[in-house]
Amino acid sequence: MIGPALLLEHITCRFASRERQGERYTAIQDATLQVGSGEFVCVVGPTGCGKSTLLNVAAGLLQPSAGNVQALGEPLAGINRRAGYMFQAESLMPWRNAVDNVLAGLQFAGVERGEAQRRAREWLARVGLAGFEQRYPHELSGGMRKRVALAQILILDPRLLLMDEPFSALDVQTRQLMENELLDLWSADRKSVLFITHDLEEAIALSDRVIMLSAGPASHPIGEFVIDLPRPRDVNEIRLTTRFVELHGEMWHKMKNEVLKGYARSRQN
Amino acid sequence: MPGAGKISSQAGTRRASPRISRARRALYHALLLGGLLLFWYAMTEPGLIPPFYFDDPTRAKFFFGQPLAVLHRIWSWFYGGGIYLHLGVTLLETLLAFAFGTVLGLALGLWLALSPTASMLADPYLKAMNAMPRVILAPIFAVWFGLGITSKVVFGITLVFFVVFFNVYQGVKEVSPVVLANARMLGASGGQLLRYVYLPSATSWVFSSLHTSIGLAFVGAVVGEYLGSAKGVGYLIHQAEGVFDIDTVLAGILVLTVFALILDFVVTQIETRLLVWRPRMTETEML
Repeated sequence: MIGPALLLEHITCRFASRERQGERYTAIQDATLQVGSGEFVCVVGPTGCGKSTLLNVAAGLLQPSAGNVQALGEPLAGINRRAGYMFQAESLMPWRNAVDNVLAGLQFAGVERGEAQRRAREWLARVGLAGFEQRYPHELSGGMRKRVALAQILILDPRLLLMDEPFSALDVQTRQLMENELLDLWSADRKSVLFITHDLEEAIALSDRVIMLSAGPASHPIGEFVIDLPRPRDVNEIRLTTRFVELHGEMWHKMKNEVLKGYARSRQN
Repeated sequence: MPGAGKISSQAGTRRASPRISRARRALYHALLLGGLLLFWYAMTEPGLIPPFYFDDPTRAKFFFGQPLAVLHRIWSWFYGGGIYLHLGVTLLETLLAFAFGTVLGLALGLWLALSPTASMLADPYLKAMNAMPRVILAPIFAVWFGLGITSKVVFGITLVFFVVFFNVYQGVKEVSPVVLANARMLGASGGQLLRYVYLPSATSWVFSSLHTSIGLAFVGAVVGEYLGSAKGVGYLIHQAEGVFDIDTVLAGILVLTVFALILDFVVTQIETRLLVWRPRMTETEML
């Protein structure tokens, strides 16, 4: 065993204010969390609590002001090479068609073009996009673009998936479809997942463990809930079980206070 | 958003004339042209209408030329083959100015956009050079580079360079930070980011300025020839002007216009082929 897939210890992120000189904004204060091997962890928190900042630290895109980041038991320097990052916003290269987008990672790694294309087609088929290989991103629907983005990441077989509200821009039906597909793909080889969302239901339906962040600024984990729902799950059906409703009530109670705190603070400013 | 202006103008024509068919529109255009030519002919043919402005009936012809004489001049140019050398020279100058100007603009645009220090140093000078009326440089280039094609190409480059440079600079600055972060997460090295993210993004901006820059290269060639040369369509026009041969001047202008339209058409063809990935506003999203 080589230690947890991801370990964040006492992470603090402070930014210099762009508008006012000398002023500091602390997004995250002393956050510690861990994602075990093969574990699906969700981070929830009210809007503006620095969830994305935490993910960027895990990805190595952002250097924390203080604290210690470990990936697979080794201290992280630079980009986290064993992680795949699924962004909230559009991340595909608009000038490349679906296949060329999916094979980008292989191309960067120097894989021979024919081989890369073969594997990219395979992955497009696996996310249900066979026949859409030659389409450009603007010719695909929002849900399809997310599938391409997912294939683009999974083709590199990362040990850790970092997901930043990946489905928040989708309509409810497409979103539930994508959630189920994500669970299917995940159960195939159980990658570790750190999934960020502001949606409690989504967090409970998907994960093994939910970490709750306090309202920002200076947000930090304030609670941890183990989701003991059986797998395999169907995100539509599981919402109706009593255990789900119980967990949801418990977490919502805790989250409500944080949401109200964040709301009060934003009204003051 | 590059290309947005074109889209709205297309939508505009569609809205303005929804009922006139294509054939009918072509007929109207032809009628308008025919009417203008007829008017020109009537006003300049000696003795056709009683003189009302010039005392001498041949004076109008002297100042404004005659449509038949102009057409005859064009026909004899192409039939006799005298025009091809001059057209070839103008085309060569245009293409060279366009190619060098684009490559220089692309390279410098990428470099300055990616290096804050270089851009900080160069910024005021580039702004000044862009603000300068560069047509005034043409005589200087003629002195420096002689009356051959070099001076015209260099002059054309100074016109093309800035259009491409500013477009590339803008293009690099506006690369989506998410697309960039995504490429980095997928393992792209610095060089690969340049080649696979910055360059394609910047090229799309270059293509959106293609019409302007090829047009400017053409202007550079013709103006350069006009100011001093021994070959080229601009030279032909200048020569004819020297001997008050208005027919030849007008014939030269007509040839240049048609030539510019052909260049523009070719550019449009290249553009539609290379920018297939760019969404068009009129297109609905595929499901």
